[in-house]
Amino acid sequence: MTPKKVVMDAAEIDRSLTRIAYEILEKNKGVEDLVLVGIRTGGVFLAERLRRKILDIEGAEVPCGILDITLYRDDLLLANKKPKIKKTAIPFSLDKKKVILVDDVLFTGRTIRAAMDALIDFGRPRSIQLAVLIDRGHRELPIRADFVGENLPSLLWEDISVNLIEKNGCDEVVIEDSGH
Amino acid sequence: MKWERKDILGMKDLSVEEIHMILDTAESFLEVSARDIKKVPTLRGKTIINFFIEASTRTRTSFEIAGKRLSADTINISASASSLVKGETLADTARNLEAMNPDVIVIRHSCAGAPHMLAGLVRQSIINAGDGAHEHPSQALLDMMTIRNRKGGLSGLNVTIVGDIAHSRVARSNIYGLNKMGVCVTVAGPATMIPRDIQQLGVKVCFSLEEAILDADVIMMLRIQTEREQQNIFPSLREYSTFYCLNRENIKKAKKDVLVMHPGPVNRGVEISPEIADGVHSVILEQVTNGVAVRMALLYLLTGASS
Repeated sequence: MTPKKVVMDAAEIDRSLTRIAYEILEKNKGVEDLVLVGIRTGGVFLAERLRRKILDIEGAEVPCGILDITLYRDDLLLANKKPKIKKTAIPFSLDKKKVILVDDVLFTGRTIRAAMDALIDFGRPRSIQLAVLIDRGHRELPIRADFVGENLPSLLWEDISVNLIEKNGCDEVVIEDSGH
Repeated sequence: MKWERKDILGMKDLSVEEIHMILDTAESFLEVSARDIKKVPTLRGKTIINFFIEASTRTRTSFEIAGKRLSADTINISASASSLVKGETLADTARNLEAMNPDVIVIRHSCAGAPHMLAGLVRQSIINAGDGAHEHPSQALLDMMTIRNRKGGLSGLNVTIVGDIAHSRVARSNIYGLNKMGVCVTVAGPATMIPRDIQQLGVKVCFSLEEAILDADVIMMLRIQTEREQQNIFPSLREYSTFYCLNRENIKKAKKDVLVMHPGPVNRGVEISPEIADGVHSVILEQVTNGVAVRMALLYLLTGASS
């Protein structure tokens, strides 16, 4: 098994997030009706960082929520997979809001499909846009991101992980061969 | 940790890890019940049969709502409307239901051991919603969830259960469950209602209400089954309530932030005075809300577990 390769370090991650924050504000012409929703677990911390960056840039608070998509997954009842559910916390209305969904890695697109189903159950957003730090390709559904930190074409048997200070102690994106 | 158990038959069988898993899962389902659209697609296409041979408001409605909020198809059968009145045996009923391919059967029966018999007979998962005076695991779990949420944990707390302990499946399940979680349990009531040697279950026994609730963190009042007035267990309801009714005077013996719980239905003025049932210490209605979440958690964990 090949050792893990670091493809983005802390500084590069920070620059990408700054650029994504500016792109979100540019495309949406400011923060009006904007809300951030981070997908557990990686997206939650990235959404929080984006919220802080937007606060620094525009001086405005954007409501930030947490979405756990476990109950909406399409692979839940396949033999014995019972992942631990964590709480969803979206303490504001989504009606007529422009929701920026945030996740760390976009891969098959199934997580985003589940997230959109969950969001629709909470209300009727005006639009849903997707911001991801890494797009690694291999989509299995017609889903695409609006804001991408880095495009990282990968092989199916590689594992791409986004490590963040908040949960892993350091900021880096690593690729590992999962040993197929 | 992966959920392995096929059935939920009693608190006696559950491990501490399993209890934690159920309570943690229930927390997420509490949030679903607070939404505008109280539905998640998780058990879409699954069939749940609620087979209630004894009367019930809370438990039955709770299980039905729990199933529906998970998008499952729930069917309710009550004894009087079933062929049990024509003399069909429980085992035959179970096999017939099994032939219709449900995923979970929730059963309440007046005979202890009925759910256990079904569990050995059919391949579906069985949840015990109360078997005679034996166990009522989902009630104990929702009680523990309520205590855990209000007190921040379970270990080290003093919990007193008052009432007809001998005939109470709620008491038995709570005793098993709370003991496992490190709670100090006291039971109290007239001597005629406390089984001899119950200390062997690891509880303290008291015959005086004031003594039993001294320094209690939680007081659980049990319903006095008024139909038992004929059985000479107590002279009259009035005498029972004179000695064992929780009211605003004797509650002062407990801790200032004591929780007052009751599985329902409440006999106002018999085992608990109205101002206590509706007062600041009471979490009786919170128990009911948590009940839906706990039952959603049980249904979620059982479907998809290895049989």
